[in-house]
Amino acid sequence: MALLEVNNLNVQFATPDGVVTAVNGISFALERGQTLGIVGESGSGKSQAVLAVMGLLAGNGNASGQALFDGQDLLSLPASALNQIRGNRVAMIFQDPMTSLNPYLTVERQMTEVLELHKGLTYNQARLRAVQALDAVKIPEAAKRLSRYPHEFSGGMRQRVMIAMALLCEPDVLIADEPTTALDVTVQAQIIALLRDLQRDHGTAIVMITHDLGVVAGLCDEVLVLYGGRVMEQGSAEAIFYQPTHPYTVGLLGAVPRIEQGDHALVAIPGAPPNMARLPLGCPFSERCTLVEPRCFNTRPALVPVDAQSEVLRACHKSALEVRRYAQELKL
Amino acid sequence: MLKLKEIDDMVAGRSLWSDARRRFMRNRAAVISLCLLLLIAGACVIGPWVLPHAFDSADWDAMSIAPTLKNAHFWGTDEAGRDLLVRCLIGGRISLTVGLLATLASVSLGIAWGATAGFLGGKVDALMMRVVDMMYAIPYLLIAILLVTILGREFYLVVITITVFSWMDMARVVRGQTLSLRSMEYVEAARAMGVSTRRIIFAHIVPNLLGVVVIYTTVTVPGVILTESVLSFLGLGIQEPMTSWGVLIQDGAKVMEVSPWILLFPAGLLSVTLYCFNFIGDGLRDALDPKER
Amino acid sequence: MSALEPLLSIRDLKVYFSIASDSPWPWAAAGLLKAVDGVSFDIFPGETLGIVGESGCGKSTLARAMLNLIPATSGSIVWQGQEMCGAIAPAWQAIRKNVQMIFQDPLASLNPRMTVGQIIAEPLRTHFPQMSKHDVMNKVRAMMVKVGLTEQQINRYPHEFSGGQCQRIGIARALVLEPKLIICDEPVSALDVSIQAQIINLLMELQAQMGLALVFIAHDLAVVKHISQRVMVMYLGRSMELASKEAIYRNPCHPYTQALLSAIPLPDPRLERHKTLQLLPGDLPSPMNPPTGCSFRTRCPKAIASCAVQRPELRALSADTQVACDLLG
Repeated sequence: MALLEVNNLNVQFATPDGVVTAVNGISFALERGQTLGIVGESGSGKSQAVLAVMGLLAGNGNASGQALFDGQDLLSLPASALNQIRGNRVAMIFQDPMTSLNPYLTVERQMTEVLELHKGLTYNQARLRAVQALDAVKIPEAAKRLSRYPHEFSGGMRQRVMIAMALLCEPDVLIADEPTTALDVTVQAQIIALLRDLQRDHGTAIVMITHDLGVVAGLCDEVLVLYGGRVMEQGSAEAIFYQPTHPYTVGLLGAVPRIEQGDHALVAIPGAPPNMARLPLGCPFSERCTLVEPRCFNTRPALVPVDAQSEVLRACHKSALEVRRYAQELKL
Repeated sequence: MLKLKEIDDMVAGRSLWSDARRRFMRNRAAVISLCLLLLIAGACVIGPWVLPHAFDSADWDAMSIAPTLKNAHFWGTDEAGRDLLVRCLIGGRISLTVGLLATLASVSLGIAWGATAGFLGGKVDALMMRVVDMMYAIPYLLIAILLVTILGREFYLVVITITVFSWMDMARVVRGQTLSLRSMEYVEAARAMGVSTRRIIFAHIVPNLLGVVVIYTTVTVPGVILTESVLSFLGLGIQEPMTSWGVLIQDGAKVMEVSPWILLFPAGLLSVTLYCFNFIGDGLRDALDPKER
Repeated sequence: MSALEPLLSIRDLKVYFSIASDSPWPWAAAGLLKAVDGVSFDIFPGETLGIVGESGCGKSTLARAMLNLIPATSGSIVWQGQEMCGAIAPAWQAIRKNVQMIFQDPLASLNPRMTVGQIIAEPLRTHFPQMSKHDVMNKVRAMMVKVGLTEQQINRYPHEFSGGQCQRIGIARALVLEPKLIICDEPVSALDVSIQAQIINLLMELQAQMGLALVFIAHDLAVVKHISQRVMVMYLGRSMELASKEAIYRNPCHPYTQALLSAIPLPDPRLERHKTLQLLPGDLPSPMNPPTGCSFRTRCPKAIASCAVQRPELRALSADTQVACDLLG
């Protein structure tokens, strides 16, 4: 049985403009020690999906479907039971380390709180564990820095503190919501290397949400490509990067300037990010797709395997062959 | 290759003002308050012409009578037999006029002061704000008494006295807003383009100030009206036979136990007006909040 | 033909800010924040110079100093032979017709109370006040179409557009005067990946059509390399390397450039997982108190004792590479 199994997750928000479906039918299975990357642009629903799993949706949000963690459905647990799991067995780190740490509490206080709550440690035991955790994320002079306030750390350091806090209770799953987007590229490289090491040492499964394909390539085993709240393509990193079978994936890969290749023209996916309140009836990508056919606007393509042997799922009316041919034309 | 999706052909855009107006109209408390306020203002203007009694004529048959339909004294009369309803409406004219005039003057002064200080910055800004601080420190009642004693109790002097002590809030708010607008990227873009300072202030800063100004104006008006009432209550405001809500409240307070309506009606009217301004101010603040885009 | 004459020459440009010290005593010396600490380069007509660096390297300050939005503390800014540093406002006003800027946050750089038409028309009204309203509107409409907007949108307000469209409006505004040089301060950082590609393609197209020179500032070296002919790498207010785009990628000389390149995540699982990562130890030093000598020495894997003594100047290592490192060449 998979460690975290999400089945047909839907997230809807009640807004003054009507009901907006931010996440529509996402399913995935995360095994122990595996890394799943969820890729998408604005409006893809990637953040809302994991917030729903963690029970952190805004007041007007409503999640349906299943999120089975070790057999228990997180979406139907009462708050008290969910609190036992959150922070303890499933931890989350956020994009902006500045606003995710309480500026009024020292780092020590914030870390020992987690341990005292979930592991029942005494204050001194918790403090010791906290120092060890900061050491593990390579913060120099951990013991001295422990009593400092968040604003006394740089951005990269704060993100390490967040990772340390998330890993204090040795969770089974770590959910990282765009953890390096706000960081410089050299700092990002350090954080990614750190996550890789920690995963190797502790066997934590990681769900990494990002819009950066390079980060996904470096860290993730399985990849989910989202657009307009729906899964466009889903499969192993090898398959998605080297043999994309969805026009959106092809477009994304072609839109990123490749430093290691000679300069070819960037593939510019026409149009703008979707208006989540007014999605087309059929495929959400139909308005921007270069390979679009009339039926794409009306009928939603089902998420099916590429072929009988493949584990890659795709949601497109065009055949995989046609998309591959298109990709080759673009020299991808 | 697919064409970019055509945007609909509407020529006119939806400005932020029309968005704000739409949001304001959705706020029921604010809309009701607005209607009520307009009703009161309308009554103050038209009422005294329509009603049978003059505000200063004494009805010797009906001295200090409670509200009654006899003789059309709908709100009763005061001790001198003068119809209370008409006096309230006349008093409303004065209070609202003083309120609006003093507000207009203090808002203009406040905007000019604050925008200049905020835009010029540095030592000029510091000096101008110290003047504002000094004005806050001065006890206005003492000065008001002094001014009234020396200069008399003319209508325009009351307006001036009130203005002198009501412009500081607006100056501070406008200065703060100007400071933050100065560092906005579109102001920077205008400077990069070579737009003159004068045009930056008028085309870029002032239109984006107006939201805050409107909100604070609706906060200033009740303050001004209340100040006028306080001054009149203390005998420093409007002179007899002219009356304002403050004067009426003072008169009513004296005979509160015997003829409570003489106090209740003007006080009630004042309260309702102040509440209306409050709700309208709240509604405007929510409507103009840029985060609710 | 003066094709080899630079449009803009920057020599030893310094921008220092005086920061009030933490100490409450009135005689405590103010701190000096060296945002830009001696940068030199040339920009030639029709070429794109990319400036890349991480946070705190001073690239945004440099961009603004080039336009006198922030006054330079010292150094020389020569525009087409004319020295501009310290020049009076009317002199700057004259060159503003030829040098324009595009900003990072597409929505924030547009006045929310002005229509698109008014925004794009503003440079024309400022520099050509005698132009008739009819002519102004024609130029505005033509420019809107050129950047990929439709004429019907001319009376709409910025908040009715998406991020990418707002950036197109910003580009139209910058181009309407047909300048010779456009300084782009992180113009695509705030946009989605697919929209980034649209805007980058647009800029490159317009550059080819109109013969513009571009200064493209970004923190993403891949994007910078794609659009530029030459690239300058900045660190803590100084330039570390200035080279052609091929040289920067195939043969990065400066240790910082090498670390920067190795840190870029490649969208290619096999390459990405097997590459050797050069991690920079430590933190960025404070620009209030940069290290003596070479500012990169505290994190450089190749630093030796002599690096602390003298500040290395940008020196040509080959025809297309200049490096600021005393250990090379």
